[in-house]
Amino acid sequence: MATFVDIQPTQQLDPIKGVKKMPLEEFFTSGHRTCQGCESALVMKLMAKAAGPRTVVLGSTGCMYVANTTYYSTSWVVPWMHTQLGSSGSAAMGAASGLKALMRKGKIKDEPINVIAFCGDGGGADMGLSAISAALTHPDYNLLILMYDNESYANTDIQLSGSTPYGAHTTFSPPGKMKRIMHHRWKKNMAGMLAAGHPTCKYIATVCMSYPLQAMNSVRKALSIGGPTFIHSLDPCPKGWDYDPMQSHEMGELAVTTGVWPLYEVEEGVIRLYGKTKEIAEGRYKRFPVRDYLLRQGRFAHFTDDDIDYFQSKVDQMWDKWLVPGVIPFLKEVETDHPPK
Amino acid sequence: MAQAVASLEQQADKTALITGSEAIAVACKLADVDVITAYPIRPYDTVMQYVAKLVANGELDCEYIVAESEHSQFEIVKHASAVGARVFCGSSGVGWMYAFEALTVTPGLRIPMVAMVGNRALDDPGAFGVEHNDALAVRDLGWQLVWVDNPQEALDTALIAYRVAEDRRVFLPCAISCDGAFLTHSQALVKIPSQEKVDAFLPPYNRGDLLLHPDNPITVAPQVNEDWLMEIRRQTAAAMERAYTVIREAYAEFEQIFGRRYGNPFFEEYQTEDAEIVLVGMGTLSTPVKVAIREMRKEGKKVGFVRVRWFRPFAAEELAKTLGRFSAVGIIDRDFSLGSPYLSGVLATEVRAAMYPAAKRPPMLDFICGLGGREVTLPDVKKMSDIVYHAAEGKPQPLTQWIGLRE
Ligand SMILES: Cc1ncc(C[n+]2csc(CCOP(=O)(O)OP(=O)(O)O)c2C)c(N)n1
Ligand code: SF4
Ligand SMILES: [Mg+2]
Repeated sequence: MATFVDIQPTQQLDPIKGVKKMPLEEFFTSGHRTCQGCESALVMKLMAKAAGPRTVVLGSTGCMYVANTTYYSTSWVVPWMHTQLGSSGSAAMGAASGLKALMRKGKIKDEPINVIAFCGDGGGADMGLSAISAALTHPDYNLLILMYDNESYANTDIQLSGSTPYGAHTTFSPPGKMKRIMHHRWKKNMAGMLAAGHPTCKYIATVCMSYPLQAMNSVRKALSIGGPTFIHSLDPCPKGWDYDPMQSHEMGELAVTTGVWPLYEVEEGVIRLYGKTKEIAEGRYKRFPVRDYLLRQGRFAHFTDDDIDYFQSKVDQMWDKWLVPGVIPFLKEVETDHPPK
Repeated sequence: MAQAVASLEQQADKTALITGSEAIAVACKLADVDVITAYPIRPYDTVMQYVAKLVANGELDCEYIVAESEHSQFEIVKHASAVGARVFCGSSGVGWMYAFEALTVTPGLRIPMVAMVGNRALDDPGAFGVEHNDALAVRDLGWQLVWVDNPQEALDTALIAYRVAEDRRVFLPCAISCDGAFLTHSQALVKIPSQEKVDAFLPPYNRGDLLLHPDNPITVAPQVNEDWLMEIRRQTAAAMERAYTVIREAYAEFEQIFGRRYGNPFFEEYQTEDAEIVLVGMGTLSTPVKVAIREMRKEGKKVGFVRVRWFRPFAAEELAKTLGRFSAVGIIDRDFSLGSPYLSGVLATEVRAAMYPAAKRPPMLDFICGLGGREVTLPDVKKMSDIVYHAAEGKPQPLTQWIGLRE
């Protein structure tokens, strides 16, 4: 059966077996100027470490551009190029297709080179959605798009994006005398949407750098599996979320243990929950109340009990009602109410 | 070398009856382009239909990507060019405008992309026909802009565009403007040169120390702010300044290898030697203008025509010197620039600016004509010439007039 897909071999990056087995070389080093406790900077560092030296990185506008690549003090050891805010998908396609054409035509050495384009939630889930979606439908290019989600347009002073959680206080959604909740949209289900909508994409995963080993191995799998892949990382952001920078790691853990941020990977169409998320799904771990997570962050300081209850009910729904808990938001009742005859 | 070139010149060209769009697709094949991105919009998209056929038939080996928007179309080739691939892209009208952000950043990144603009009126209201405002919108940004008026020139200019854009002294993108319908869809006999000639003319794209590759781990386009932006802008400006020389060199060598002569690369002069007045314009309106000039000359009116090819870089001094020879000048704008000085079009505004320091400044009138693909007719050209003659005789005329307009 001819598929007409013409794909090059990838680098085969073995899973890292434990923290002590992590490679020592850094490919994202000193020179950056992110806030103290910035989890997104850690994502960059460990993503680069997982990918290794034969990698090209393309970065969309956002904190991870502006704060990371000050002229003369770039933190990137691997080749890096700025790409426009909504262009992560196109940037990855461009670099991957260029390298592929040059190698096929014998114009440069034929070798697997990782292509990673990263974007923030604003650049990715809002502006760049169309280009990311397009990239994921092209089976012929080896590339990874990594979306670091700090849940706001952070670089421009913390404005709400389609990935900002319900009710959060941002500079575009300040609580006021008439309206306590200015932002009343529910966060986009980016990874689930991409997994459901791009059936030929071989790998889509969610990660959180509070679980660095899993996240790095996710990057390695995405780069090794072949074709276009996508990783969505939830990154606590002390400036935007308003908490003490030293709590970043803990904040990521809380996002997972409260069930707000499910960890999963969809590999060749097969969904696998992992880490604490898997334990929650299997009933081996009781979700923490979202209150424990929300009230640790200044951006939810204006929440009343009612608001917290609403938030909790939406998270409960995710776990109790969704067809695939935490991933696919179709309600199971549809099936139970009308069993197929 | 001289001998090799001589033997190349003797190689017979193939002749084919093709449109302007197909001519550019053939140039892509001859230039061995590596990555091409497409998105549909009339009238430029015919070029991508021809490219797709070439790819499907195995005549062109490239990554051919149908993008999901023009923005992505231009961003994809931008990044492909950064890793060292020769690229081609294009658009028309609002499609070109949809890509505007990508177009904006490309010159500063020193990406030698070659693009085709199938000139088309901007919406709203809808019109498929030619206007030049789409391509002209990038005139301040570092794009080289060239207008051609027949399929042969389209093919030749595409090859020249790659050679100039990819010259390390330049490294700036180049857009080739082809009037919608009148050129994109009109056929003419075109001499298609041999691959050997093209290879002798066009060296491989070498991105050098700007290459984005693990063997050359650079950081491209870091955050520079007020510390460095001005110096970097100045470097881009200097590249555009060097383009004058590189364009001249390219045309000279083109003539040597291909045996076709374009004269002054920047503008074409038609029957100007003894002309009293001249018309100035860009693109395919050259056809009705030239026919009308031949008719008017039978009536003893010595009218000439100057067709501007390269709008960026703009050959200001040379053009000013040329236009200074005539007793009045009429500029035909197939574009508009609402609220501009004297409510003129873009070309007239530029030509007036070019003329200001000149020793001899004849009266200069602007005509807005042929918008939205409306035909520029022989009576239109004669009417404009008459008005220019009046100005030459010292009778005051309005500085800008709309011609061929239903009142
Ligand atoms: C086309 C465009 N619109 C707006 C901006 C301004 N801008 C720069 S960074 C940024 C924030 C991007 O947010 P996100 O992608 O979430 O990244 P973060 O800053 O949060 O890291 C914005 C809106 C831009 N650079 N380009
Ligand atoms: S605002 Fe947030 S994402 Fe941006 S640098 Fe600071 S902590 Fe990192
Ligand atoms: Mg963000």
